[in-house]
Amino acid sequence: MSTSNENHTGQGEALLPAVDVFEDEGGITLFADLPGVPREQLGLHVESDTLTIEGQMSPELAGSGEATHVELSLPRYRRAFTLSRELDVEKVSAAFEHGVLRLRIPKASHARPRKIEVQVG
Amino acid sequence: MLYRSVFPGDLLSQLERLQRGMRSASELSPSIRGLGRGGYPAINVTGTPQATEIHVFAPGMDPAAIEVQLEKGVLTISGERKPEAPAGDEKVAVHIDERFFGRFRRVVTLPEDADPDGVVARYRDGVLQISVKRKQASQPRRINIQ
Repeated sequence: MSTSNENHTGQGEALLPAVDVFEDEGGITLFADLPGVPREQLGLHVESDTLTIEGQMSPELAGSGEATHVELSLPRYRRAFTLSRELDVEKVSAAFEHGVLRLRIPKASHARPRKIEVQVG
Repeated sequence: MLYRSVFPGDLLSQLERLQRGMRSASELSPSIRGLGRGGYPAINVTGTPQATEIHVFAPGMDPAAIEVQLEKGVLTISGERKPEAPAGDEKVAVHIDERFFGRFRRVVTLPEDADPDGVVARYRDGVLQISVKRKQASQPRRINIQ
């Protein structure tokens, strides 16, 4: 399934998702917690040297009736990372399951803007 | 047990947490169990006269590994989140380490009229959604005037 920026939420308020970033000799692996975001509402964008992760929660999570206790008060997430030159954004792979995004960015030579395909599993 | 903030860097939610903390400190009679803030996983609760809905934000779980118990009007959600192994297990540098791993347990006190037989839980997109029906007797009824 491809993601697009149709659901681009712009610069509105958003939650900052918790992430883990690991680096090995072959590249970078990033995990991000985006609970409540369905696959089709996840957006990944790479532009020049910035990687942006965005996600919109499904509306049903707003619940029905009166909110009596709220810890997550915004229905969306956004977080951006600056990539370094040796990372190959052409070969980024992404998987998204149970609200956890796993990104793999291999090391290579140059970077140019592109969208990232989200694969099932 | 170690708890970590779900969104540690989020200034906005930290401010809100602070505000709420101040608000609840000034409450005259908070629930004896409260509903501790900043624990993992984050919980939202909404309610209608018919049902109470609890959303537990626990991503990356095997649904079978989440335990939901209801005892005497107290709902307990517990489980363990196991860390994933990063790709390539040799010479791995950890640059950012924010996500919660380990055992968790959170407790929600339900309204007195919660129906223990009317609880439905499902796990979707990393969120556990628990719906608890309220007993018929306590629902608002229109009374006919004769």
